[in-house]
This record gives sequence, C-alpha cells and structure tokens, in this order.
Amino acid sequence: MGSLNRIIALLVKELKQLSRDRVTFGMIVVIPLVQLLLFGYAINTDVRHLPAGLVDHSGSSYGRNLAQTVEATQVVTFVARYDNVYEAEQAITRGDVRAVMVVPRDFSSRLVEYSSAQNSSGISQPEALLARPVAQWLVDGSDTLITAAVNGLRSMPLNELFEQSAPTSAPQVFAVLPYFNPEQRSVVNTAPGLLAIILTMTMVMFTATSLVREREQGNIEFLITTPVHPMELMLGKIVPYVFVGLVQTCIVLALSYWVFSVPINGGLGTVFAVTLLFIMASLVLGLLISTRAQTQMQAMQMTFFLLLPSILLSGFMFPYEGMPRAAQWIAEALPATHFVRTIRGVVLRDAGLLDLTFDIVWLSAFALIGMVIAALRFKKRLD
Amino acid sequence: MNDIVIETRGMSRHFGDLKAVDQLDLSITKGSIYGFLGPNGCGKSTSIRMLTGLLSPTEGDIRVLGETLPKNADKLRQRIGYMTQKFSLYQDLSIEENLQFVGRIYNLSAKHLKRRIDELYSLYDLRERRKQFAGTLSGGQRQRLALAAATLHDPDLLFLDEPTSAVDPENRREFWERLFDLCGEGKTILVSTHYMDEAERCHGLAILENGAKRADGSPQELMAQMGVNVVEIEGGTVGAAARGASGGEDLRQLKSQLLQLPAVLSAAQLGTRLRVLVSSDIDAPRSYLQQLLPQQRSMELARPSLEDVFVSCTGGRRGIA
Repeated sequence: MGSLNRIIALLVKELKQLSRDRVTFGMIVVIPLVQLLLFGYAINTDVRHLPAGLVDHSGSSYGRNLAQTVEATQVVTFVARYDNVYEAEQAITRGDVRAVMVVPRDFSSRLVEYSSAQNSSGISQPEALLARPVAQWLVDGSDTLITAAVNGLRSMPLNELFEQSAPTSAPQVFAVLPYFNPEQRSVVNTAPGLLAIILTMTMVMFTATSLVREREQGNIEFLITTPVHPMELMLGKIVPYVFVGLVQTCIVLALSYWVFSVPINGGLGTVFAVTLLFIMASLVLGLLISTRAQTQMQAMQMTFFLLLPSILLSGFMFPYEGMPRAAQWIAEALPATHFVRTIRGVVLRDAGLLDLTFDIVWLSAFALIGMVIAALRFKKRLD
Repeated sequence: MNDIVIETRGMSRHFGDLKAVDQLDLSITKGSIYGFLGPNGCGKSTSIRMLTGLLSPTEGDIRVLGETLPKNADKLRQRIGYMTQKFSLYQDLSIEENLQFVGRIYNLSAKHLKRRIDELYSLYDLRERRKQFAGTLSGGQRQRLALAAATLHDPDLLFLDEPTSAVDPENRREFWERLFDLCGEGKTILVSTHYMDEAERCHGLAILENGAKRADGSPQELMAQMGVNVVEIEGGTVGAAARGASGGEDLRQLKSQLLQLPAVLSAAQLGTRLRVLVSSDIDAPRSYLQQLLPQQRSMELARPSLEDVFVSCTGGRRGIA
C-alpha cells in the first residue's frame, strides 16, 4: 500500500513537471505529427522522373519516338540532348543528368530485328535471343536504386513504336501477385515502421534524461534518503511516459490511416498490445542508459548511439534479410527490430499474437529483465 | 547508553589516495545540536553522507539511532531528515506540490499530511507563497522550504549540510531560532557550517581539518582548553597618525615581525588592532610581547573567541589571515 502511494506520488510529480515543460510537452505531439507527414511523403523507393540526357545518332523520327515512349514510363525525364557520348559522360560527371540514352546510327535496322524477333517469339526462341538491343543506357551507377530503375526499362514493350498494334510483349516467366500492398506504395511499409522509430526516439530519450536530470539538479541526493525503493522510482518514471507513448501511437496510426490510407488490417487491440510492449521495452532501455549516464548530455549521446542502428538495421529502411549475418545479430539485439517486424505483421498482414510469438516474448523479456537490472544498478548510495 | 544517537569509531572514507574523512570518532547525545566546523573540503559533507547511509565508509563502525550503517540504512529512512547542501527539491513544482510529494513519499495519510503541511506553513512562514514555484523563491524562502521538507515526517534526527550558506544574516538568525525549537522537541540535529557564529550556538562541536577531528567539545570547553592567550595590540602610535601614515602599514610590519616568534601562533588584523594568539607556555604574554617591541604599545588580554580556537587547533591560518 505504501509502495503504491509512493509510485503514485512519483507519477503525479513527473506528469506535473512534464506539463510545465511546454516545449517538451509540445514535442510529444509535434514529433509524430511532423515526422509521419514528412517521411510519409518523402520516403519513396519508387524512382520516378530521373533527369536523363539523350544522344541521338539515328537521324530519324524513330529516335524521338523512342524517347517519348521511354518518358511515358515516368522513370526518366529527358532534360538535355548531347551531340556525342563524350559530352554526355561529362554531363553525368557534373551531375546534370543521372542517365543518358544513346540511340545508335543503325537504330532503324536494330528496330526491325527486334520487331521480327517479337513477332516470331514462341516459335523460334534462338532468333529472339540473337536480336541486338535497340539502344544503350549510360547510368550513374553509384546509387543502386537508380541503376535498378533504369534496368527495369530493359524489358519495356516497344509496341507503340510500330503503328500497328503488335502482339503483346514476350511472355513473362513469372506472374507476381503483391499481397498486402497491391498498389506498391512505399508509405504502406514506411508508416508502421515510423511508429517504431518515433517511439524509439522519444521513449528512450524521455526516461534516459529524466532520471539523469534529477541527478544533475541534486534531487537524487534527497530522494535516496527517503524510503523510496529503486523499483518504485523506476516505475514512477516509466508509467507516465507509457501514456505519452500511447498518445503518440494514436497520432501515428490515425494519420497513417486517414492521410496515407494505410490499411490497419489487424485488430486495434492487438496493435495496442504489441505497441505497449515496445513502449515498455524502449522506456526500460532509457532507464538503463540513465543508470549509466552522469549528465543529460551523455544520456543524449547514448540515445543517439542507439537511434541510428534502430533506423538503419531494424528493417525500417532496408530489408532485414538482405543484411549480412553479423548485422542481423546486432539488429536482433535492438527492440526496434522486433517491433518493426511485429507492427508490420499486425497492421499490414493481420498477423495474430501467436504468429509473432518470438518477437513478443523477446520484447517482454527485454522489458522485464531490463527493469530488474536498472533497479539493481540504481543503488541508493552515492558511491 | 541510550542517549547516544550517533556513535562512530574510526569512521574513514578514502577517495583514491585522498583521505576525505580519517579516523573520525563521534559520540552525539540525544536532544543536542552538534556542529561540524571546518573549511570547504574538510570532510563535513562526506561525514554527513556516511551518517545518513548514502556513502559506505572505507573503514570504521557507525551506529545511528541504534542501527548499524550502512547495512541497515533502509530502516533509518523514516527516522532521519536530511537537508542537502544544494537545494534538492523540485524547482518546477510549487511549495505546496513539493511538500505534498515529500509527504506521500514518506507515506503520510492524506489527512495527516494536510494538517502537517498547514503546520509547516505557519511555522516557516510559507503560506502566502505556497503556489509559487520553488525555483523562483529567495535563498531564505528556499531554505525554509527545505527545512520544512526535511522535518515533514517528524524525524528524530536531522542532518543539515551547510544550511545557511546562501542566506542573509537576518534569515540565519531566524533559522537558528527554528533549530532550537526543534531541539526543544527532543530532536537531535547535526549541522555543518563554516560560520564561527553558528558554530558557537551548538551544544557540541567538532572542528575538522583535512578529514580529521582537531577538537571536540562544547564551544565554552573548547575556548577554555585552548592553551592559548589572546593579546590585542593597539596600532597606530600618535606620531604615526600625525605624520599621516596609515596605521595599517605599521600593523602589517608588526604582524610579520611577530609571526617569526615560535610562541606566536597567529596574528590577525582587526581594524586598528592586531589580535595575537600566544601559546600558553608563556606565563606573562603581555610583557613577553612588550619586551620584543621597539616602542611602547598599549595592549590587553582579550576573551578568546571560537575563531581563536579554530585557528589555534587547525593552525591553517598562520601567516595567511
């Protein structure tokens, strides 16, 4: 009973202090709001409208037609013409354009070859394979995403070039059916991931700095002469921010749903249950930092030390499966990785708690063990 | 004996090579105000932190209110109050909120807490400012709030670490009135200070220097046992004043002259006089000094003050003051 009273006293005090710190209080709402809007629009892995150059040696209207057909894909926009390949290469070096399409002198004859190969496809495959490419792309290959986008043009159909409506392009080897995100919009994958990043940032920072602030301002020396138990202190620090985290979760989910039309396929109860787990784990992580850091500056630095891998390795930015084994191990140690997996599973795939047992158990264990370690590390001593 | 509230034997605390507190023996009786007197860095705060269970001693035994420290520190929490050197309540909470927070931490019932806070408002003259943030209070108000918070749960033993360092003399006097009230209620108070006038108000006193105890006793005992005679020499001869020379120059010369003597422990200028501490080995200090001086000076024996005690047992001010 006494214990509960003390936790409530700490909790009330923490909320009062938080509500008086106008800037921090404002950031609770502003951070998820602005970041989701910003990144929801900004982060886009579909490459569109790359500035491109054109070198046309064909001397026929076919070259111009080809350029128009390519532009129609929206992958590139031709912004400049160059007389020769040398000039085009320099333009790439200067960064004026990302790619250059070179249409060769014998473009017309190549086109005929291509066309006949197309028409005979299915009957004499070897002939189709022998057909020379009709034109060449020079690409600034430093960014693999851009190269991949231009690579995608390799098999584009050229039917529009021939006035007749030729038979459809070469038959596909595979048919691909994208589940959960049929329109292939990046934001569908980004928005739930952003919830993980925003919560990591705010939750870890709140608890990391709040206990250190008490140390810096000398409050700790008084607190530890009172009958407060370390575990009570830890809980009093965590519980207020759980509410803060849930408010942020509501903001992110509401914006995702109404502004970006991200479907929330899982039940809201499940969504909040797993998010609550992650909030606890992040707050505990912050507490662990605060038992180590001596100043708020140190606490901030440690928070950022954790934030970057949480953004880059958690699967938020790049697929987890594509990373080398060692990086995967590091990612596994971050609560954000488990949550990115869980929240995408629940929100996008309507996965149930049982489907995500491993990540859920991991997050729960992290929160519990971390809490005990934080309480043990926080000795009621100054030495 | 049950009347001993704090008892230590050989209490020491080392930080690396530094002996912050060295072999301190204390025996403090119930219902007294006991002072730690010493300059900054002499081990006052470290000692208090060990006695409150915040620091473990490197060696030595500590018993506070019958509990062995640091082992049973938790049992002590409800029975001691601690006012830290630096203000340690929340600056962004009001007086009322701070006191309510402290009361709940000490698990006072809502009804009792309300009554107790009301009492403290009257006692420490805080009622009118109860809605004001602690961060905007003056030094004196803040100190009264800190004392109110430290005594909120009615502890038997109170530790005050340099409680008046940020307070004007008027407030200091009032503060000590409150301490004597608390003492009258049977509470024991341990207070650290570097002010002589405050130390003089204590029932018992330990003079600390470099972590070691140089003297222990009541101010009166200490002054009586000092082993030093105090002689005040009048400066500025008539001739010097007529020549327009300041008496100060003359006194400084005299002072450095006297400090050469082994029997002179200290010489300090007080306005136009020089206060000289002469070892009590010298039977007639006035004639002893007179025979050494080139010209006739008026001089008289003075009543020793606590500062003299402090200077004579630390010896730290010789040649500096």
